[in-house]
Amino acid sequence: MTLMPLKLVPKLRGGTSLWIGGGLVALAVFVAVAAPLIARTDPVMDANLMNAEIPPGWEFPFGTDAQGRDIYSRIVYGARISLTVGIGSQILNSLIGVSLGLTAGYWGGWWDDFVTGLTNLMLAIPSLIFALAIMAILGPGLTSLLAALGLTAWSYSCRIARAQVLSLKSQGYIQAARILGYGDLRIMFTQVLPNILGPLIVIATLGMGTAILSEAALSFLGLGIRPPFPSWGSMLSEARDQINTVPWLSIFPGVAIFLTVLGLNLLGDGLRDILDPQSTTRRS
Amino acid sequence: MILVLARRLANVVPTLVAVIALVFLLFSVLPGSFISGMGEDGRTTIDPAVMERMRKEMGLDDPLPERFAKYIAHTAVGDLGKSFRTREPVTYLIGQRIWPSLKLMFAAMAFAIAVGVTLGFLAALRPGSLVDTVSMVAAISGLSLSQFWFGLMLMYLFALTLHWLPSFGYGDGGIRHLILPAIALGVGPMALLARTTRAAVLDVLNADFVRTARAKGMSERRVVEWHVLRNALVLVITIIGLQFGSLMGQAVVVEKLFAWPGVGSLLIDSVFQRDMPAVQGCILLIVLFFLAINTLVDIAYVAIDPRIRYGR
Repeated sequence: MTLMPLKLVPKLRGGTSLWIGGGLVALAVFVAVAAPLIARTDPVMDANLMNAEIPPGWEFPFGTDAQGRDIYSRIVYGARISLTVGIGSQILNSLIGVSLGLTAGYWGGWWDDFVTGLTNLMLAIPSLIFALAIMAILGPGLTSLLAALGLTAWSYSCRIARAQVLSLKSQGYIQAARILGYGDLRIMFTQVLPNILGPLIVIATLGMGTAILSEAALSFLGLGIRPPFPSWGSMLSEARDQINTVPWLSIFPGVAIFLTVLGLNLLGDGLRDILDPQSTTRRS
Repeated sequence: MILVLARRLANVVPTLVAVIALVFLLFSVLPGSFISGMGEDGRTTIDPAVMERMRKEMGLDDPLPERFAKYIAHTAVGDLGKSFRTREPVTYLIGQRIWPSLKLMFAAMAFAIAVGVTLGFLAALRPGSLVDTVSMVAAISGLSLSQFWFGLMLMYLFALTLHWLPSFGYGDGGIRHLILPAIALGVGPMALLARTTRAAVLDVLNADFVRTARAKGMSERRVVEWHVLRNALVLVITIIGLQFGSLMGQAVVVEKLFAWPGVGSLLIDSVFQRDMPAVQGCILLIVLFFLAINTLVDIAYVAIDPRIRYGR
């Protein structure tokens, strides 16, 4: 990998997007972690009808909703839900994808055929529709969301892990490990996995953005997180009917989603230029 | 060519069967939880008698293999069952919705191609320029937008504030109602196409045959028209096809937002009305559409580019 010629232009582009993306993601993580410290009110309980539908201003930077709740505080707490869904679902996807991909590529045979077939099946179903079907069955909630988004998008990491193992299997150090008497699993996880972490991290970063968008879409449809909990998607779902009279309800949660996902996408692109120099800037 | 076609179709059959089986498993093996799960959201409760009747009606007390065989047999002849709500065949309900859905998808794709391919192409011809930077910022922003929020903002700006376009609904089926939902749906594919086109054109610009064409004194304009565009288009057309296949699934959210009477809003309404045959039918349709388009794209790929051959 290190022998690949480094192209100067993409390198520089990767540099800026890495920093901007990293900054946006760091901001989102900070907001989520520090939510109780930087929020001004409780996102669910602090309703005050005297303060209903106040436009953004000095007292309420993002305005208030129909129940008089501070939109800024709700968005701050909403970061927790979005990031939990994003990170949690990608950990699940990566675990499933990497385990299946590593073992399929390493062992081959009927297990490889089975995993490849399963991957093709997963790829044959649009992921939002798959998640929607699971949410329709399990009902709304955070646990269902993690299941719906964490069990349906592992085919990308699985494919990459499998392809990389196939190309690494014949390398000298893997042969050496085998001669030393390492077990299959030990070779897979201590010799192969560290060498393919780069592309997998890129996939997971971009996948987090997709998961956050899917959570927002499902919550908007009423199948994800339900009101009164302050998920950005569910806030938008409540705000839609009042867009004509209380437009700020719709603007700020959407901006929060956009900046977080933009950060993850830029970070993913930037990381790819560093960690995975073989790939172009294409994205599937 | 016929051989390629046959091989590709033979490959798709197992996936097709697996997909149908999965949809069956998801909704027919777990319908108890589907029905009660929808009741547990606290909005409504279901009368146990109704649940019992639904179970009977759906033949849920029959043995599983028997139900699966029945389901396969019915699906194979295009019978998706009757809607719980309207008592009409699901195929009839979907038939009413399919044309608005397709119309929206074509309009969204037209927007995505017109804007995305142009941006990507201009960006690739002058890498590092202002045009390139602006196009790529637009593209990554488009990929980071939540479609329904973008749609909501379009609605607020162009319908509610400026009063240029109707805010939602199908209207008389004219183009005015189509514009906003089409842009909201098309922005994702647009962004992807801009990036793909840029990458594809850059790849081709660095190819040996382009250098040869330049070296033999061909004008830059002719090089681009003759060699670059044609070769880059193979990849771009593939992406257009794949995007189109997944568009029916993506349209669910936009259709719901704009109250567009397509398959997507039928699906969501059916989920909330616990109209299981309709939910199952819509999901099956969306998945089969995706699969069919992907297969067509694969076949077209071979037809367009003689260098690609299936099988080793």
